[in-house]
Amino acid sequence: MQQENNQNNSDWTEIIKPQKSLFDLRLKDVWNYKDLLFMFVKRDFVANYKQTILGPLWFIIQPVLTTLMYTIVFGNFAKISTNGQPKILFYLAGVTIWNYFSDTFNRTSSVFTSNANIFGKVYFPRLIVPLSIIVSGLIRFSIQFTLFMSFLIYYLTQSNEIVHPNVYILLTPLLLLLMAGLALGAGMIISSMTTKYRDFTYLVSFGVTLLMYATPVIYPIEFLPQKYKNIIMLNPLSGIVETFRYAWLGTGSFSWQLLGYSSCFVIMLLMFGIIIFNKVEKNFMDTV
Amino acid sequence: MSHIAIKVENVSKLYRLGQVGTGTLKNDLNRFWHKVRGKEDPYLKIGQTNDRTKKAESEFAWALKDINFEVKQGEALGIIGRNGAGKSTLLKILSKITSPTTGQIHINGRIASLLEVGTGFHPELSGKENIFMNGAILGMKKWEIQQKFDEIVDFAGVEAYVDTPVKRYSSGMIVRLGFAVAAHLEPEILIVDEVLAVGDAEFQKKCIGKMQDVSTNQGRTVLFVSHNMPSIKSLCSTAIILDNGHISQTGDVDEVVKKYLSINLEKTYGDIVYVSNKHRRARYTREIEFISVSLQEALYENCYATNLPIKLKAVLKSNLILKKFRVSGSIYSEDSTRIGVFFSNHIEQPVKEGEEISIMIEIVSHNLAKGNYYFSLSLGNGDESTGNVEYDIIYEVIGFKITHKNDINTPIVKWNSDFGSISFQANCKKIDAE
Repeated sequence: MQQENNQNNSDWTEIIKPQKSLFDLRLKDVWNYKDLLFMFVKRDFVANYKQTILGPLWFIIQPVLTTLMYTIVFGNFAKISTNGQPKILFYLAGVTIWNYFSDTFNRTSSVFTSNANIFGKVYFPRLIVPLSIIVSGLIRFSIQFTLFMSFLIYYLTQSNEIVHPNVYILLTPLLLLLMAGLALGAGMIISSMTTKYRDFTYLVSFGVTLLMYATPVIYPIEFLPQKYKNIIMLNPLSGIVETFRYAWLGTGSFSWQLLGYSSCFVIMLLMFGIIIFNKVEKNFMDTV
Repeated sequence: MSHIAIKVENVSKLYRLGQVGTGTLKNDLNRFWHKVRGKEDPYLKIGQTNDRTKKAESEFAWALKDINFEVKQGEALGIIGRNGAGKSTLLKILSKITSPTTGQIHINGRIASLLEVGTGFHPELSGKENIFMNGAILGMKKWEIQQKFDEIVDFAGVEAYVDTPVKRYSSGMIVRLGFAVAAHLEPEILIVDEVLAVGDAEFQKKCIGKMQDVSTNQGRTVLFVSHNMPSIKSLCSTAIILDNGHISQTGDVDEVVKKYLSINLEKTYGDIVYVSNKHRRARYTREIEFISVSLQEALYENCYATNLPIKLKAVLKSNLILKKFRVSGSIYSEDSTRIGVFFSNHIEQPVKEGEEISIMIEIVSHNLAKGNYYFSLSLGNGDESTGNVEYDIIYEVIGFKITHKNDINTPIVKWNSDFGSISFQANCKKIDAE
């Protein structure tokens, strides 16, 4: 009898239970819904720029204006060192990689609340939405990266060897992966918490801005006094931004330890994020 | 032997009442601490039912409690129940939107749920893009949608607007497009929640037809929630009644629907009904109001014959000095279909303030066929030329039965439930050929 029951159990295509294991990600399910992922990415782009004149140009205008602003305020007014690098290039490098993190993080951190109406009506693997944000962020990044590249090439041809892209540029995909992991991990944790406690939405909006100042985006890390330097190094984003700038501009420093620390941090955060997200996604409709 | 498509075992769902977010961090931590030590949840009192008319004793309520049922493959199951009986919660659990607190559900086959039409439609995207978007959300692959694209557009009847943003669509078009996408899903199990309530009659018919096709011709399993008894009856073979989170009745659709309607009607039968606010659906001005209603001169209990008048006595109380007023009312059949309406002549006798008067309403030559009916009544004033005012309206106030037994013309055939509500009087005689 027991035997028969077990056999029957395997015949079911699906069993809905109150609890499921923490790491059951249903990756097969996610794969089955990959078309949806691309639809979400497409919707992001098409919907964002419908009824705008400049359309996707906004992807470029935004970092250009930000960079200009930084150049004027931090470079010219505050006279913060850029380690001898052309100011525009220095800030643009920081802004490009930082934007990828902040955009992705901002959007993943409100996944549950902003998609509640869809999530409440249809089942699909919820992980699809944060993943689609990562992908569409990647597209934005590549547009902005192209902008950065054109400035880089300009400076390479123009001036006398201030900029030194080096072999570490091969690490760029890894850096992006780490950024994505960090944004995804932190975003998932925050979005899971926001389903119950909306306080986190407020925290995120200025938290990201504060975090930027705690990351060497607008200043080189060597420029800092030692005691602050140690604190800033604790920020897992520091290693990523520093490495990015070192690889493409040849300024600053590179250390495997710092990058290794960032990687470990990202892996831990991502695992923690997945556990929480997984736990929340099942019942968040009851609390959101 | 037919296989089982869905097997629901002991499913319960606990909801928290009141606000979720205020001062709960403390409770959450406390709860978490109990959980860590393997103790019982301190905020969970077992055994409460979700009777929303009474004030709850604890913060939690069972929206569903110990639900057990099975659906065979190819069967169409109707789920009926009053608002708040737990129908939507059950569907949400079945479609994996939320998880049950206890119990298990075994499912055999790909499941698609249609709790809303046009989920994920983006107003800025064109009809075409939204078809792909919505299809993908419902679990279709891109090539599946491509294959059925023309069919979908055809079913929705929006050929001319495929490239227009959905925000320019009329609401009816959006609904049609949404249903069209869902109707072309090919799941083994289809879950539908009252989506039909939105469309016009023609569209509703089209939807029911499509669902019938899905369940009977294609042998798929359908779970259908609706308040509309005729559509439940026409689509489903079996049904269950949910009542305060329990299954109170299950079985053949005709019996279950009958049972459900009689639960609703029980309250309206009786010798004399004292009107209370539960009969009213809004605050009326009540210059004159109903006090009680009773049936008069019935054959027995509350039975009338097809060819005899129905008499209704109403006691009214006037709260103002009124020169004249009139009574109107509707007769509904058991399945909440309005059979017809009557308007009385104006009673031109002035009534004093605070005076109680009795009136007799006589409905002559109604030709109602055998069955159960009930009244809704209204007191008002005015006619088409002067405009109408209604002072007091009472709904589902008193029920009655029509029998054929006392009919002079003994009915030739047994009156079937699907014959309708009117027994026409017809004469037939031989005429001379011209």
